[in-house]
Amino acid sequence: MVQIDAKILVNEGIGPQRHKMALYAPQIGRQAKPGQFIHVRVSNNFPPLLRRPFSIHRVEGQKIEILYKVVGKGTEILSEKKRGEYLDILGPLGKGYRLPSATSKISDIILVAGGTGVASLLFLAEAISVANAELSILVLIGAKNREELLCEEDFRRLGCRVEVATENGSRGYKGLASDLLENYLPLSEDRPKPAVFACGPSEMLKRIGKISRKHRFPCQVSLEERLACGVGACLGCVVKAKGSSYTYKRVCKDGPVFDAGELIW
Amino acid sequence: MMQKAKDKPPNLGIELAGISLKNPVMVASGTFGYGEEYAELVDLNRLGAIVAKTITLKPRLGNEPPRIVETASGVLNSIGLQNVGIDAFINEKLPFFREYDVPLIVSIAGDTIDEYVQLAKTLKGEEISGLELNLSCPNIKYGRKFMFAQDPKTTHQVVSRVRKATSLPLMVKLSPNVTDISSIARVCEEAGADGVSLINTFTGMAIDIESRKPILRQITGGLSGPAIKPIALRMVYEVHRAVKIPIIGIGGIMTAGDALEFIIAGAEAVAIGTGNFVDPLTPIKVIDGIREYMIRNKIKDIKSMVGSLQCRKS
Repeated sequence: MVQIDAKILVNEGIGPQRHKMALYAPQIGRQAKPGQFIHVRVSNNFPPLLRRPFSIHRVEGQKIEILYKVVGKGTEILSEKKRGEYLDILGPLGKGYRLPSATSKISDIILVAGGTGVASLLFLAEAISVANAELSILVLIGAKNREELLCEEDFRRLGCRVEVATENGSRGYKGLASDLLENYLPLSEDRPKPAVFACGPSEMLKRIGKISRKHRFPCQVSLEERLACGVGACLGCVVKAKGSSYTYKRVCKDGPVFDAGELIW
Repeated sequence: MMQKAKDKPPNLGIELAGISLKNPVMVASGTFGYGEEYAELVDLNRLGAIVAKTITLKPRLGNEPPRIVETASGVLNSIGLQNVGIDAFINEKLPFFREYDVPLIVSIAGDTIDEYVQLAKTLKGEEISGLELNLSCPNIKYGRKFMFAQDPKTTHQVVSRVRKATSLPLMVKLSPNVTDISSIARVCEEAGADGVSLINTFTGMAIDIESRKPILRQITGGLSGPAIKPIALRMVYEVHRAVKIPIIGIGGIMTAGDALEFIIAGAEAVAIGTGNFVDPLTPIKVIDGIREYMIRNKIKDIKSMVGSLQCRKS
């Protein structure tokens, strides 16, 4: 974890209200694991006061990339930043995805992405294809409409199979990415289970958690939460998790990636 | 050749209620965890002191989320004193501080006066520099209508009982949710407190207009950050005129200028709270900025700044 002033290399629109930013951050890129995030101070003035968290989307050489959607004042300011400006960022933060080991008995990998949730899953797909090239990766991407679908080609270039779902049916399956997952199931009992990784809106993750319980496959979900400190100090971002009765876990430090089974939705 | 007096570096060190501080800039309870969360980013040895997250007798799970929401230049929180409890604090968190040369002040809170006394007794003999009584958390139910710091009588009882139970320097964290904070500060002084920390957060709320639900699960929370700074400053100014014991000024400090305002208003030391979330280096930047200010204005000793407000003659 480091705090640096990172130079903006790219900040461009890639869809309606969707942007991609590349930052020169070799110290963070070297340490970063899929599922981890950076905590960005979008302005030296306030409001907005608090930093904004963004999943690391890709690491390429000395630069890191994030994907973001403009949802409020913080991301609006971010979208107006120019190439060459500097951003105060903290990272890499949090606990990322646990990669399947080479010996684990899984048939293949399914990634389920909703909206900008694709961001961390592309980084994960890259890491898996490097670490374990034999595993086949199926990517299920969901969005409201075809304009909001992101990263389809990036996954294909990695050799992943990609299926898409749009809520209005303007592209691919009409419905949700979690429906695509359900269509893919049930699996025959004698086959090894797939390992599922999901990132997207909490309603989607909740549904996928339920499906994973029903069909008993391992499932990791990456939660989105509003954060204050981002380093585990303020205890503002907790989620309810299983304990002797229950306990609270910090999204920023114990997550953002959790086993779906350990959460109490 | 003898060094000229004016070339000497300014003295930022202070004695606060018997604790030696390298500089008057501390980090406030609840915003810096148990120190370890920030150790990778901040040189803890440079801090004036660390006030640890409030500890209770038994571990507390804290409140249901959502616990936090940003408001205009502020943050509302309703954490509910989630903490590991005094035993785990002593066994698991305290050893970390032995590696550092920085005073540790332990913040404690109880549901009853007896619990405050018991906490103070349990901490006897531990390597800590002082205690801060948190009488002012707005986010927990005390089994009574008011928080301790809203009632002069119970404030007096808890401070004097803890005073008898410990020889450690004793600070009291005051609530701004009162009519007259000076009278509560005076009660603390009379009951034997060595200092007062002010202020804790203001009770506030925020509403989601689409769902018409309060954003925080507990409906209300404590407001902190730059939004409350002018009120905190006014309260430090008032309390400074009412008591002789030192004041730790807290409330929305983001810059050295903010910290100096509190010192000029009468605070012997300051603590950074929400500023740590915005920039973990806030305390370090504040220390450096105070030093630069002192050099620029040829001030040799920070103590000469305390309460140096120049009011206009009427």
